[in-house]
Amino acid sequence: MSRNSNRLDTDRSVSVFKAIIRHRLFIPIAFLAVLLLLNVFINPGFLTIGMGRDSNGNPVLVGNIINILNNATELVILAIGMTLVTSSSRGQDISVGATVAIVGGVIMRVLCGSETQPSQLHAPIIVALLLGCLAGMACGAFNGILVSKFNIQPMVATLILFTAGRSIASMAMGGLKPKATVSFGYYGNFIPGFPIPTPILITIAVIVVTIIVLKKTNLGLYTRAVGINDKASSLNGLNPARIKFLTFVILGLCVGIAGFVQSSRVQTVNPFTIVPSIEMDVILAVALGGNSLGGGKFKMTGSIIGAYTIQTLTSMLTTLNVNTNAVPVFKAVIIIVLVAIQTPVFKSFFASKASFSKLTAGNGKERG
Amino acid sequence: MQFLSKMQSADGIGGIRNKLKRRESLTDTAFLLTITVSLFVAIYALAIVFLGDKGFSKIQMFFNLFNENAALIVIACGLSIVMIAGSIDISVGGSTALICTACVVCLNKYNFNFFTTLILALAIGLAFGTVQGFLIAYMEMQPFIVTLAGMFLGRGLVALIEVNQIQVANKGFEALSGARIQIPFLGDINKKGIFIQSQLEYGVIVALIIVFVMILLLKKTKIGRSFYAVGGNAQSALMLGINVRRTRFNAHLLCGLLAGIGGFLYLFHTRSGSVQQATGLEMDAIAASIIGGTLLTGGVGNIFGTLFGVLTTGIVLLVVTAIGSQDPWWPQITRAGMLCFFIVLQSIICSRKKKL
Repeated sequence: MSRNSNRLDTDRSVSVFKAIIRHRLFIPIAFLAVLLLLNVFINPGFLTIGMGRDSNGNPVLVGNIINILNNATELVILAIGMTLVTSSSRGQDISVGATVAIVGGVIMRVLCGSETQPSQLHAPIIVALLLGCLAGMACGAFNGILVSKFNIQPMVATLILFTAGRSIASMAMGGLKPKATVSFGYYGNFIPGFPIPTPILITIAVIVVTIIVLKKTNLGLYTRAVGINDKASSLNGLNPARIKFLTFVILGLCVGIAGFVQSSRVQTVNPFTIVPSIEMDVILAVALGGNSLGGGKFKMTGSIIGAYTIQTLTSMLTTLNVNTNAVPVFKAVIIIVLVAIQTPVFKSFFASKASFSKLTAGNGKERG
Repeated sequence: MQFLSKMQSADGIGGIRNKLKRRESLTDTAFLLTITVSLFVAIYALAIVFLGDKGFSKIQMFFNLFNENAALIVIACGLSIVMIAGSIDISVGGSTALICTACVVCLNKYNFNFFTTLILALAIGLAFGTVQGFLIAYMEMQPFIVTLAGMFLGRGLVALIEVNQIQVANKGFEALSGARIQIPFLGDINKKGIFIQSQLEYGVIVALIIVFVMILLLKKTKIGRSFYAVGGNAQSALMLGINVRRTRFNAHLLCGLLAGIGGFLYLFHTRSGSVQQATGLEMDAIAASIIGGTLLTGGVGNIFGTLFGVLTTGIVLLVVTAIGSQDPWWPQITRAGMLCFFIVLQSIICSRKKKL
């Protein structure tokens, strides 16, 4: 009897273990934990958060964790939009970096006009934000029309803006590199007197809005339905083209917000170097979150955790004095490994191995 | 034996089907090719008439079009092949940058000569082709994701090798790359009234030979035709007994090889290497293929069109710069605009075909 119950116990613990491993959030959380541990190993004071003073003498929170949460803002916001696009259109938007540049260019043009060092802003910041979001949504709509109406693969369609975007941004600013006043910088840094960096608050707000939208509307359901099988969804009365278009416009809105935060950080925009290779990071975040890059089901929590994981990786590489231009090497390798794990070929190969080992184990028992 | 193989290729259902399919696809390609060629001729003619004083009437201008675009022609050939086989490769810009920088470093520091540099370039190109081909064909990963990673990998590796822009400082290599072919009987008369012969770089000859070889490969050989079959419909290609995976792998391998040659030609022309080098080259190559009539959906396309695609983009960019706009953003936007126009055109043609 006791032997039997023992076996049951081990079975149960094995099944719990398997359930944990098979959980969709296992990979991102495990990866994040490993990265955090590595960081603590490299720098024992990594997790401490303290109070410091910024350049104006206001009390602010400082610490590596705060920096990561702060710097991940654009990535998290873009990953939310990208998850929806990936899910519905079975492809990724590779123009996000370029469209962030466009949004930045538009915001700078609105705020500074054609001056390089304006003493006061030419328009209220809220107008700039709205116009920036509008520019982002226009870019998203452009991509969305190409994808949904003309049935072009998302990555080819977005290749157009991927190339032209940074040049368009440069054109929007008239070739100048204006610097806005400090008051515009509150949204990318700190509001005086408030210790938490503003981007973190913006991230929280965006995440809350996303949760509400996903809970209260059918957006998530429809997106999944279109991504899994657009013919079946159209037979069920959905309009796949409209939903794909909608996801691209939502991504455009996310790009608008991300571009606003990014351009507010240093109050200036260099269209050719702003958010370099962020499209790669965003796709990586989505893949890391356990979402299939082939569309269909998605897990928003996974993408958000994935985005924070990528930011942790980036900041770790920066701590290790890796050249900024060389960072993509590591990310490229990781994304290949992650996507390779997701492929059916890899899965079936390991499934056959596992069943084979089970078979041999069974044989051994019989012999014993 | 020869007789038998002739029998097999000349007759049989496969042969007839191939012929039928080719004739059908020819209409699409011919249509897009006609647009491209006439666009090229029209733009060139208009440029000679309206911008003749800016150098368009000179014969050297025509040869410069080739001199500037030799590397792009070779790389675009590779991309056309990959696209015909139903896949895509956006890593060619990254691998070109890597080849240039690695070769310059080796030329300067380790005294590589012409041939060892060439071998290094081909090795890098083939390495990219092999790894990406394996991941795409045998692991069944999305070509776009794999080659996007390849693109960032290439550029990142450049930064690991050398952060700053570097120039070739190798006498032998410089002498070779500075050599030009003097074209007999053709040339322009300069301001002083002296006749100057037109010059052509050796890279152009290589590029044209490659175009010729690739046209033969695609039309006449089993490998080349299987690219069309796999790109057109992988399922029926499989049923015809074509090894679909190996064909896809071969396409990427060939593209890698051509990217290696193209990267070397790029180095031969520019004689420098940097992280930002060849930015958007993949885009130019894809645009050239698409403009030349290669369908993104696969199975349709030809190399001759790609050659004209490169020339058309080249002449449009020259015209845009000559029109007098000093703003640096116009070339990129023009390129994207042309790409957009041709992608949409293709999509309309494809959807029409489906309706019929």
